[in-house]
Formats: sequence, C-alpha cells, structure tokens
Amino acid sequence: MHWEYVIAGYSIVGVGLAVYAVSLIRTGRALARQVPPKRRRFLD
Amino acid sequence: MTISDSSSGAGTEAQDSAPQNAAPDGASTGDSTPANTGSRGTRRLGVAALLATAALLLFGLVLSPPEASQAEAVRLFYLHLPSVAVAYLGFFITMVASIIYLRKGSLFWDLVAGSAAEIGVVFSAFMLISGSLWGRPTWGVYWVWDPRLTSTTVMVVMYIGYLAVRRLELPPEVRSRRAAVLGIVSFLNVIVVRYSVKWWRGVHQGETVGLDTQMDGLQLFSFFVGLVAFMLIFAWMLIHRFRISWLRHEIDEQALAQALAERRAETNATGLLGRKN
Repeated sequence: MHWEYVIAGYSIVGVGLAVYAVSLIRTGRALARQVPPKRRRFLD
Repeated sequence: MTISDSSSGAGTEAQDSAPQNAAPDGASTGDSTPANTGSRGTRRLGVAALLATAALLLFGLVLSPPEASQAEAVRLFYLHLPSVAVAYLGFFITMVASIIYLRKGSLFWDLVAGSAAEIGVVFSAFMLISGSLWGRPTWGVYWVWDPRLTSTTVMVVMYIGYLAVRRLELPPEVRSRRAAVLGIVSFLNVIVVRYSVKWWRGVHQGETVGLDTQMDGLQLFSFFVGLVAFMLIFAWMLIHRFRISWLRHEIDEQALAQALAERRAETNATGLLGRKN
C-alpha cells in the first residue's frame, strides 16, 4: 500500500542527486582545463 | 585578490571560451594536479557515499517493516528527514562561513558559504518533494499551508535569493559582503522552521527522532543509514562545488590579468606612435 509514492520519492531524489553530481563533475572538468596546473589550488 | 565567487558564468559558458591551457580529455596534464575537481579523497568519499546509498535502498525499501498507520509510506521518512538534516547543515555552514568571511575577508570562506548554500537549496528541494509525496497518503493532500511548510517555503526562497545576490553584477567585495549578511540573516528563518511545529499549531508532526522516540529498531536504523548516506553525499558535493567556485575565481583573475596586459600594450603602442608623429 502506498508504494507508488515511495517509488516516486526515491526515483525523483535519486535522479536529482545523480543529475546534480554529474553536473558538478562536468563543470569542474571543463573549468579545470582552463586553469594552469600551478594555479589549481585545492584540487588535490 | 578579488574576494568573490564569480559565479556569473555557467560551466558551459566557461567551456566555450578558448581554453589556453587546455589538457586533452580532462585527464592529468603531466603535472600531478588533475584537470578535474576529483581527488583521491573525493573518490574514496564517493565510493563510501555510493555504498551507504545502496544500504539505504536495501534497508529503506526492503528490510525495514511497514508502519502500522502509515503502511509503506513510512519509507519516505528515511529520505525526507535526512534531506532536512543535510539542508539545515548546508545553511548552518553558510552562516558560519559568512561570519568568518565578514571577520577575515577570506575568499576561502566566501566560496564555502556559497557552495554550502547551493547544496542546501538542492536538498531543500528533495525535502519538499519527499515531504509532499509523504503528505499525500498520510494527510490526504500533497500540500497544505501549514506553519512548517510555509516557513520552509520562505526559507528556500530566501536562500534562492542569497544565490541570486552572489550572481549580481557588483564589485566582488561588495557582492560578497552583501551575500554574507544575507547568509547570516537567512539562518534566522531556519530556526523559525525548526521550531514552527512548537510555536504554531499545524498538521505537520513534531519532533520525529528524539530521546523519547517510539520507533521500531529497524526503522530507526534505516533512518540513520539514510542520514549517513546523505551526509557523505553532502560532503562529496561540497568539496566539488567549492573547487568549481575556486576555478571560476581563478579564470576570472586570469581574464582580468590578460585584459590589463592587453590594455597596457595598447597604451604603450599608442604612446610610441604619438611620439613618432
């Protein structure tokens, strides 16, 4: 009973987290390429 | 040093501009520093977060028993309350980092404040969505203008406003100071949200997990698994988001230095021509 709400909740949050995480990785990768290695502080 | 999270340019815009120090496919550039925001620490954190998330799915959806009155809908609790906790944590970090920024003027804390606020807003969205979906089977409606829900909505709007202030076209120091003040003031609303169920009467339940919690052992354990999973995800996201802000700042500094150099060269050339004439 009420499984539809449970599945919808877990799916929306799961997909939302995944989309945000992937956007962070992709944005970070794109930006890091534009910064010289010696100026990439905080990246390791 | 420019004290600001210059987040006016989106990642894609930054990608479009000519990458003068480009490294192929975002891999290492020969230097030990990676051309991405990942590191050994974040990779370990990511693996731990994935394992904890798998455990949350196992306990939250399979192993924990349904509740007597809410039946299966109680499983949304393992998602909803950890989202609340992480959103509050994000906003708390924003407040603390904003105070430190105003005292020290440190770019580091300014970027931490902005990064934590953005992730706090993301988890607030999950909190509202999971709460609405939980409300439908338990209250009979997805949404009601209850004191807790109303104050939560105001809180989210305030933090979206905070993120908007960070994107204003203002001198970086002014923008960061205004954002810091808003980051501190906005946290007052988090306190209002927290105590709204005690101060005003509404449909939202009071404290769910406390010293006198009457929950089944496995249900309580599932909640803690969810809390650990979301905390690990939050930490992973905060580190990556901070590094993105830092990289944007560096790119802005580079662009400014380049523009100044071009201007200087232009002025020198004009001066030489003037002297020749």
